[in-house]
Amino acid sequence: MSLHGKTLTELAVGLKAREFSSVELAQVFLKRIADHQAALNAFVSVTQEQALAAARMADAALAAGRAGPLTGLPLAHKDIFCTEGVRTTCGSRMLDNFVSPYDATVVAKLKAAGTVMLGKTNMDEFAMGSSNETSYFGPVRNPWDLKVVPGGSSGGSAAATAARLVPASTGTDTGGSIRQPAALTGITGLKPTYGRVSRYGMIAFASSLDQAGVLTASAEDAALLLGVMAGFDPRDSTSVDEPVPDYRAALNQPLKGLRIGLLKEFFEQGLEAETEKRIREALAVYEKLGATLREVSLPNLPLSVPVYYVVAPAECSSNLARFDGVRYGYRCESPRDLMDLYQRSRGEGFGAEVKRRIMTGTYVLSAGYYDAYYIKAQQVRQLIAADFERAFKEVDVLMGPTAPTPAFPIGAKTSDPITMYLNDIYTIGANLAGLPAISVPCGFVGELPVGLQIVGPHFSEAKVLNVAHGLQRETDWHRRIPKAYA
Amino acid sequence: MSEPANSQWETVIGLEIHAQLATRTKIFSGSPTAYGAAPNTQANLVDLGYPGVLPVLNGEAVRMAVKFGLAVGAHIAPRSVFARKNYFYPDLPKGYQISQYELPIVGKGELEIVLDDGTKKRVGITRAHLEEDAGKSLHEGLPGMTGIDLNRAGTPLIEIVSEPDMRSAKEAVAYMKKVHTLVRYLEICDGNMQEGSFRCDANVSVRKRGADKFGTRAEIKNLNSFRYIEKAIHFEVQRQIDLIESGGKVIQETRLYDPDKGETRSLRAKEEANDYRYFPDPDLLPLDLDEAYIESVRATMPELPDEKAARFVSQYGLSPYDAGVLTASREMAAFYEDVARRVGDPKLTANWVAGELSGWLNKAGVEIAASQVSSERLAGLLLRIKDNTISGKIAKEVLEAMWASGDDADTIIAEKGLKQITEPAAIERAIEEVMAKNPGQLAEYRSGKDKLFGFFVGQVMKATQGKANPAQLNELLKKKLT
Repeated sequence: MSLHGKTLTELAVGLKAREFSSVELAQVFLKRIADHQAALNAFVSVTQEQALAAARMADAALAAGRAGPLTGLPLAHKDIFCTEGVRTTCGSRMLDNFVSPYDATVVAKLKAAGTVMLGKTNMDEFAMGSSNETSYFGPVRNPWDLKVVPGGSSGGSAAATAARLVPASTGTDTGGSIRQPAALTGITGLKPTYGRVSRYGMIAFASSLDQAGVLTASAEDAALLLGVMAGFDPRDSTSVDEPVPDYRAALNQPLKGLRIGLLKEFFEQGLEAETEKRIREALAVYEKLGATLREVSLPNLPLSVPVYYVVAPAECSSNLARFDGVRYGYRCESPRDLMDLYQRSRGEGFGAEVKRRIMTGTYVLSAGYYDAYYIKAQQVRQLIAADFERAFKEVDVLMGPTAPTPAFPIGAKTSDPITMYLNDIYTIGANLAGLPAISVPCGFVGELPVGLQIVGPHFSEAKVLNVAHGLQRETDWHRRIPKAYA
Repeated sequence: MSEPANSQWETVIGLEIHAQLATRTKIFSGSPTAYGAAPNTQANLVDLGYPGVLPVLNGEAVRMAVKFGLAVGAHIAPRSVFARKNYFYPDLPKGYQISQYELPIVGKGELEIVLDDGTKKRVGITRAHLEEDAGKSLHEGLPGMTGIDLNRAGTPLIEIVSEPDMRSAKEAVAYMKKVHTLVRYLEICDGNMQEGSFRCDANVSVRKRGADKFGTRAEIKNLNSFRYIEKAIHFEVQRQIDLIESGGKVIQETRLYDPDKGETRSLRAKEEANDYRYFPDPDLLPLDLDEAYIESVRATMPELPDEKAARFVSQYGLSPYDAGVLTASREMAAFYEDVARRVGDPKLTANWVAGELSGWLNKAGVEIAASQVSSERLAGLLLRIKDNTISGKIAKEVLEAMWASGDDADTIIAEKGLKQITEPAAIERAIEEVMAKNPGQLAEYRSGKDKLFGFFVGQVMKATQGKANPAQLNELLKKKLT
């Protein structure tokens, strides 16, 4: 098998066995990035020199027997993670010129574990978008069909991983930004429990929802990476001091007796018929493995989208205030005075969707509207979280579609933000409740992949990964690579 | 300018005091808080508001805020919440200040102030909350530009909000001094007003005496000396009265005090005020403090100024006034108690510490900690009064020399030959000489002009360079003259 056809786990084995070197591996993938960047636009920056230097160090460690489980493995980071000495744009003109002076905790941990960063992936501007069309660096295209979107906001990571330009990548998920693009590009995307992975150095969109995760070829790969990324960080007060289990060791547990809850509301709300068939087929696989299915209702879940579009913009309006043209990032030409500096730097530095959300958020936090919007949304958020908690008393995991339809054509929804927002209808609930959730490929509608979403209780990543892995032992959807990239 | 006397107007004042907490590092980052460093050398990525950074709460700042709360008898919130106060300003790197809004760490408390006439008054404290300070904008030496120094950004503050309980500038100053004393006692703030470690905003309004509603208030920002507060309030009160009496209306606004011109002027009206869009900071968890924690802080509380003053009155028999002066700072009280213990005469010691020594301190503009005369040296001087080596009058001269030279009292007494004359024969000799030199006055005195007694005391003192023991001199002089 070609090197790029292997999963991260398989590459780790090959490196250990010295079948190939880390430098060779980096070169293979760097070549693929160079060949396909023009078509996919999955990367904002490619860090070839640093990558080869890191790969040489990894090879030295491997030779000296000092290697850990991830030593020498190439990957890419979503351009939302700060990377020391490397441009970190967050998909925005605002940070086009921003070279981070420090590494995000996620980046530092993966670096310390010996991984080799090949580049930074394209994304919706400040992670605001579901199609990767809001990036200042242009839309990312879906390797399954260049005319359709890869999903967003981690669209660059998803497209790069799906086309095997990298074996795996990091992403962030505020309302579905890992799971939805994973579903739309036919890969595995894990959003851990809120607080499981440090947010330090991850440029904030909506702090109470943002969570770092991974986009990989398989659940096993996700388990491999999460083991290194997870854990308490004294620099992030919202990270949780909870022991990190051995996620890989927890795979391969039998699924007999697993109680699966089907999210009734997900099958009712605008789910495309063929997509639903693929989901039902995956559910049948689980039944065959001895799991039981039952319908579960979360009555407040349909309010997820409106709640999200109050809470997330509110937090973003404040989080993005620091981009003011004063200390770093974009500054307008010859400002007349302070107000002009603010207005033009922000007016020219931010794109339309970011501005829309800043304005929405500013509005809902304003005196006179705060109670009606922000407070009310927080109350409903509590109700949604309580719905999930109740459900997990009856079932082990919840399942449903990740997205209502397969990937849609580039430009199809850009003129109507509400339609675009509804793309996240199935994913937002897990963010509002802070739950771990994964999307795994479960077939195709035409040429386009479909993702099954699995949601578990807080800190049940081991269980969620095991359940996802169970499907991947029975099916090979996750091994499919688009023809042009095979 | 002074308070409008017997006016039909009543002044209403509430203060918001900002005290910088004396933590080693900032409230949400590990940067040092020391004052006076080169611009932007004490600001790390968190203080600079870099993309991706997160705040982590400094436990020491929490402990200090709790100490303050306990000192004013306030309720300590079992759960308080940090909130973001959103506004744009170049010295506010994140575009929001992390503060506390709906749920502050310290709830209702109160302080007692003593006015000049000795009357006591209680001033309510509405709340006190933790927040971070902003940086500073610099204009000097930067023509056409503004410099930003973020060293101060993220310095912990406690904002102490009073009830509108004060009725004069004097009361406001007394309250502010009381809080100033308290925070230094608690060692939670260095109280340095020049450096801005302790400053306040004053909410000032006037109303017709007897009215039950408050008038519209103006907020005077950033007052950083007791003198300015008094002057600014006086000016503002008069401005508001003049305005109303000439048919105008006070508008709710923020004003700045200009110490050079001695006036306040409008900074922005209420309509121009920011809508701060407060909301709970999602980067910080709610701050939960349990009873055990609060008790552990209580156990570290020092003796507070009022308790100490009461003890000085009962234990040392001091007047409430002297007790107040001597407990104005923890260092002053400790100095006093050390001297009193060495001398064994608390009242004599009180007179000298609160009187002469304080005079020298004031003249030099230094705190007791920087006194040229140590407690041990001052005790050495007072012991020489006690054992009649020198008179109180000579002692003042000795203290002056001690302050200047740093020598101890005995050295100065010996060098200058200031030892008191206590041998009756020597005093008598001096009296006789004076009598011989002033026959006219002697005759007048003897013919009944008693007032001349003082003249003879003065002459003998002059002749002995003030060294004659005053009690003995009086006695012997009376005898000789008659």
